[in-house]
Parts: sequence; C-alpha cells; structure tokens
Amino acid sequence: MSPENGKILPENDAADLNFEATELTLGLPGKSRVTSDGGAKLGNKRGFFETVDLNFGDKDCGQSQIDVQEAANSPVSKVQVEGWPPVRGFRKNAMTSCKYVKVAVDGAPYLRKVDLEMYDSYQQLLSSLEQMFSCFTIRNYLNEKKIIDHMNGIEYVPTYEDKDGDWMLVGDVPWQMFVESCKRLRLKKSSEAIGLAPRTPPKCASTTERSLN
Amino acid sequence: MQKKMAYSFPDEVLEHVFSFIQSDKDRNAVSMVCKSWYDIERWCRRKIFVGNCYAVNPRIVIRRFPEVRSIELKGKPHFADFNLVPDGWGGYVFPWILEMARAYPWLEEIRLKRMVVTDESLELIAKSFKNFKVLVLFSCEGFSTDGLAAIAASCKNLRELDLRDSEVDDLSGHWLSHFPETYTSLVSLNISCLGSDEVSFSALERLVGRCPNLRTLLLNRAVPLDKIANILRRAPQLVEFGTGTYTAELRPDVFSYLAGAFSSCKELRSLSGFWEAVPAYIPAIYSVCSRLTSLNLSFATIQNPDLIKLVSLCPSLQRLLVLDYIEDSGLEALASSCKDLQELRVFPSDPFGVEPNVSLTEQGLVAISWGCPKLESVLYFCRQMSNAALVTIAQNRPNLTRFRLCIIDPKTVDYLTHEPLDVGFGAIVEHCKDLRRLSLSGLLTDRVFDYIGTYAKKLEMLSVAFAGDSDLGLHHVLSGCESLRKLEIRDCPFGDKALLANAAKLETMRSLWMSSCSVSFGACKLLGQKMPRLNVEVIDERGHPDSRPESCPVDKLYIYRSVAGPRVDMPPFVWTKDEDSSLRLS
Repeated sequence: MSPENGKILPENDAADLNFEATELTLGLPGKSRVTSDGGAKLGNKRGFFETVDLNFGDKDCGQSQIDVQEAANSPVSKVQVEGWPPVRGFRKNAMTSCKYVKVAVDGAPYLRKVDLEMYDSYQQLLSSLEQMFSCFTIRNYLNEKKIIDHMNGIEYVPTYEDKDGDWMLVGDVPWQMFVESCKRLRLKKSSEAIGLAPRTPPKCASTTERSLN
Repeated sequence: MQKKMAYSFPDEVLEHVFSFIQSDKDRNAVSMVCKSWYDIERWCRRKIFVGNCYAVNPRIVIRRFPEVRSIELKGKPHFADFNLVPDGWGGYVFPWILEMARAYPWLEEIRLKRMVVTDESLELIAKSFKNFKVLVLFSCEGFSTDGLAAIAASCKNLRELDLRDSEVDDLSGHWLSHFPETYTSLVSLNISCLGSDEVSFSALERLVGRCPNLRTLLLNRAVPLDKIANILRRAPQLVEFGTGTYTAELRPDVFSYLAGAFSSCKELRSLSGFWEAVPAYIPAIYSVCSRLTSLNLSFATIQNPDLIKLVSLCPSLQRLLVLDYIEDSGLEALASSCKDLQELRVFPSDPFGVEPNVSLTEQGLVAISWGCPKLESVLYFCRQMSNAALVTIAQNRPNLTRFRLCIIDPKTVDYLTHEPLDVGFGAIVEHCKDLRRLSLSGLLTDRVFDYIGTYAKKLEMLSVAFAGDSDLGLHHVLSGCESLRKLEIRDCPFGDKALLANAAKLETMRSLWMSSCSVSFGACKLLGQKMPRLNVEVIDERGHPDSRPESCPVDKLYIYRSVAGPRVDMPPFVWTKDEDSSLRLS
C-alpha cells in the first residue's frame, strides 16, 4: 500500500510487475534500446496493426506501452508499423490484396482508413475499430453489434456504404461479401441508424454468428 | 538632383531582358538588385512556385505579383504519403482559388501537390479563368468526377489535365463526355488514378480522335486491353502512353491488332500502366522498345525471364520503374543493356511479408552502379545491405543526386559484419558531392549524422527513420547541412536540446517534420515563442498536450517558416503555443 500517492498496489502485483516491460524505450518490440539522456524515453507507439493509433483520453501515455509490448511478444504475426515501409497507398492497393476504406465516426472531427483485407472476420474489424476510437467499447450482444461510448453513454452502430451507394448495417452479409462491397464505414449514433436496411431474419444472423467464432 | 545614370535602361527594355530569366532563384536575385528592378520584376513575373502553401497567403502573393499566369502550390508534408498526417490536417486550395479568381482572371496554369481540392474549387476554376490551360493535381484529394465534369465543360482552351496519384471520388464515368464536341486542344491527359467505373470508353475514343495535338495519354485500370488498339490507332502521334489493365485471354487476332497499333506509334517514348500484366501480351510492345526512354512497370506482375527479356530490348532507357520481381539477375542484365539509365526505382512486391519473396539484394544495385555511368537517381527497396556495397556504389557513382534506400526491416544491420550502416551512408555523402536528396534506413548511430553534417553540403532533403542515438545526431545535421531545406524524421531519439540549439537554422529551411521522437510540448512552445517567423505545430490526437505529463513527448511536430503568421484553418488536433486549453472545444 502506498497511501501517499493514493494508489493501492497489491503486493503480489508489484512483485510480478516486470519493470522492463513498463519502461518506455525507443525502438521496435523485442529490441532493447538505451537513450543517452535520462529523460523520457519513447515507447513503441506504432506497434499494433497499421491502423491503430494511440489510446484516447489516456492521461498516462505509459499505459499503452505495456499493451504494445504484450502484443509484440505474440508470435502470431509480424507487428506492423504505421507508414512503414514507406510505400504509397495506391501501390499497396495495386500489389497486395488490399482494400482501404475510410472510417468516419459521428461527432469525431477526423477520419481513419482501414484495410479490410487485414481482417478475417467482423470480430477482428470491430476490435480494431475499438482500438482506433478507443473511448468506445464494443459490446457483442446476441444479434446486436454495437459500439458504446462509455464516457458519454452514446451507442454507435457500425454501418457501411455498399457498391450501390446504400447504407447498410455491418454484419448482415458474409464477411467476404462485405469486404467486396464495402466502400466506406461510418459509426453512426444509434438514434440515427434507425432508418437503415432491416436486420436479416434470425436464420441468416446465426450463420454470421457462427462465422465469428 | 541626381542625373539619371547614363546606363539606366527604360523599363520596357529591362522587362524584355527579364523575360529570359525563368528560374525562381534568378528572378529573386534580380528583384533584390535595387528598388526599380524589384518593381519592374514583380510586374512581369508570370510564374509562381509556393513550396509550402502556409508559408505565405494569397493576399501577399497577389499584392506583390499582380500579373501571374501560372502558379504551383504544395500542401501537406511528404510523410502524408504514408498516412502519417491525419485527415483534416489542412492544405485546402479553395482560399487560394477564391482570391485568384478575383485577382488573376488570365490565370492559365494551376499545379497542386498534396492539397485538398473540392468540387467547389474545381467549379470556381472552371468559371473564373477564361484562358485556363493546365491543371495538374498531384497526390490531391477531396474532389469527385463532378468537379472534373465542370472543368471539361467550361475550359475551352484546356491543354493539360493531369490527376496523377490523386484520390478521386467516383460518381460517374460520364464526366469525359462533358468535353464539348468542338473541343480539340487536349495535349496531355492523365487519368491513371481513377477507379473502376469512372471512364466512358466511347467518350474517350471520340475525345482522343478529335485532338490531333494529344501527346500524353495515361489511362486507368478500367480500360481493358482490347480497347487499347483502337485508342492508339486514333492517336499515332502519342509520345507518352499508359495502358489500363493489361491482361486478357490470349487471342491471336487481338494480339496482332494490338501489336500493329503499337508499331504505328512512331513517336512513342514512354510507356506505363500494365496493371496485372500477363506475359503473353508483353511482346505486343516489342516494336517500340528500342525507342523507349521511360518505362514504368511498377504495377506489372510479370516476372523473370519475361521481365529480363523486356528490359533487355530497351537500350535507350533513361528511366525505369519496376518491382523487385526483376531480381539481381534482371538488374545485372539491365546494367549491361541500358547504358543511358539515369533513374531507377525498384519497389517491393510484398512489402509486409516477413520472408523475402524474391532474390533481390544489394547486389542488384551494385551491378547497376558498375554498369550505368549516367545513373543519378535511385529509389531502392530491399531486405539486406552491407557497408561494402554502399561504399562501392558511392565510389562508382559520385554523380548521384538522389539516393533513397529503404531496407524493409527497420534497424537492419550490415548482413556481413553485423555493424551499423554508418560507414556505407558516410561514403555516399562523401563521394556524391552533388547529392540533393537522401533517405536513410538500416541500423544507424549518431555517427552517420556526423558524416552527413560534414560532407552533405548540397543536401536539400533528408528523410530519417528509426535511426540515431541522441540529440547529437540531429545537431550534426542541423548545424552541418548548409543547403538543407526539408528534413523529415520519424521514430528517432531526438529531443529538445538539438532543436532549441538550432532554432535559427529552422528559419533557413522550408520545413521540419518529427514524429514519434522525444520532443516535449514545452520545447515546442518555447520554440514558437522565440521564433515568431516559424509556425510550430504539434499534431496530437490525444487531446491537449498540457493534459499529459511534461515528460510525455508530442506525437508529431511540423515546423515551417512563414510570413503569413499562424494559420487560421487548424483542425482540433493541431496545437500551437497560443493554445489555451480552456478555449479548445472537445
């Protein structure tokens, strides 16, 4: 216990805490670096999927570094760094199977781009959106895909514009079909998403659900 | 009262003399000679280049140069090309168009790079400039085919419409039909960036058929291979041609018709396009190969031996853009057949793959450096490099002016010695005394920056990523590179000290970009206060920088000199010294 700073650190946690993992250093995951000045060392800011940005509303910028180290230590896939290697978007689109779409959020002043080909399922996409606009948390209710902004209590529904220019709810069609037809994404405030194409009947929804698992 | 000097010419004579002086640098020098030369020069300056649209504002430009016919503007910093600049950052052209519509009714040329161009801007251009001739939108965004339709419909004297690498919202392929049937003055059309449904073939064919001066035609992916022959037959005078998607089932009749069309184009010197190219149709271009000076195969999926065979048939090549499918063996072949090669760009076919998918190493570039005496511009993506190779390249090619090396894995060591690549890049800057542009990669310590500061006296643009150990590195560059104009840095341990110690240097440069480095907001505020002619902008989407601990570095920093003061169109995530957190809306 350290009553002085008001934080309560259970003793076992303090013992288990790997100090090195929390130390901010410059450099990529897995490689250690030492900077010559004793001042703040910069952590691995771009260690997530290409499209992920820093956590919002997160006063302690050290928090994200722990997450990044953990992600980086996962052997599953190579960690990609935003904007590296320096290959222009249209080249990536031409060469690799790559499909960039813009993501807008009602009320947020900026857009993001995601590469739909980087995901295999709605779950992965929604997780990535969660990281990007990370003041929201995704709740996966049965048959419901919503994103909730805990701070403001606003619900967001992920929607997309398809090839025909219609706005649809995300999750209704099989993943690959969605990837092919999606032109852009928008997280709409729940109240405004009411007029969209109705959800598919339960038998189709369960197909989608199965594909998420 | 002073007698008029015997050798003072009438203004008209001076103006006539000045009209032979085209370069901006020389024009600027002329204007500094004396007040009367300044005045005469400003009235007869016809062409303006603004390297950073925020360094000046339209009013200032118009006030000084009232009779401009051609303007070039650049907006976002270069790293915007790699998604490092958030959407909404800025670079809007509309305020410029608005002012110029009023002040320059005879404006003929607008060239923009990395700017946000809306349909409203295009519509305003279309109706404001009666003699409008050239529109180049290089890596721009924000407009749709509706805006293009307005240009096509109204600009009767349009010669050049170049949309290279821009992002266009496709709404309809029929914008091309808005060129009236009476319109025949097209000389250059580049629509290679347009998406799938944005071009109507019949309108395109009719347009091409009625414009006898057409020299450059770069098509987009939507134009299939079997449509090319008809287009070429209507424009055998073409000098520069870009195909669309270059794939189809092999049919002898289609092939021979296409080959015949290519061979009738006696003036053809430059080819590009070739999306999804299939080897079967490559021989259709063989008849033009011997005359080709420029070849862009960077979207072509063909591999060796077809690729080697093709480049070996092009002995006049001066410029080659290609994917790393060419491999070391292809570059060796290139080195022995293309002695006129000046520019080489090798792009990665699989930039995000973990393992190399092709056999392209430093050897290919070394071979080129041995075989191509005129080589001066290199952009090379590869996965391994050695100091020895770089030293060889530097010694072979001291005439290099642009050298951009991207070793795909950050901080890759010399694969032979496991050392940093400091010595190799040091050799480049030491031998290539006219080097103007340099991009670094691999494992690099402060030592490489020492070399750069010592030797790279003509260097104008430097790109740095994942390099250096301390502020000393940045200090070497800022204090040593006399000609430095643009410096862009990402993910390096450079902090406040070097920046503040070299504050004055920043006013001699166009701009400095630093992202994921160690600069504090306090230092940014201090710099902004000390240097009123610099705009110090912090790009940080995490909220006001003051809401984080002082030790927390800023996310991105963009510093540029300006006579226009702080800009008025900053988005919520850009912060300057004047920011009072209470004034910010969330």
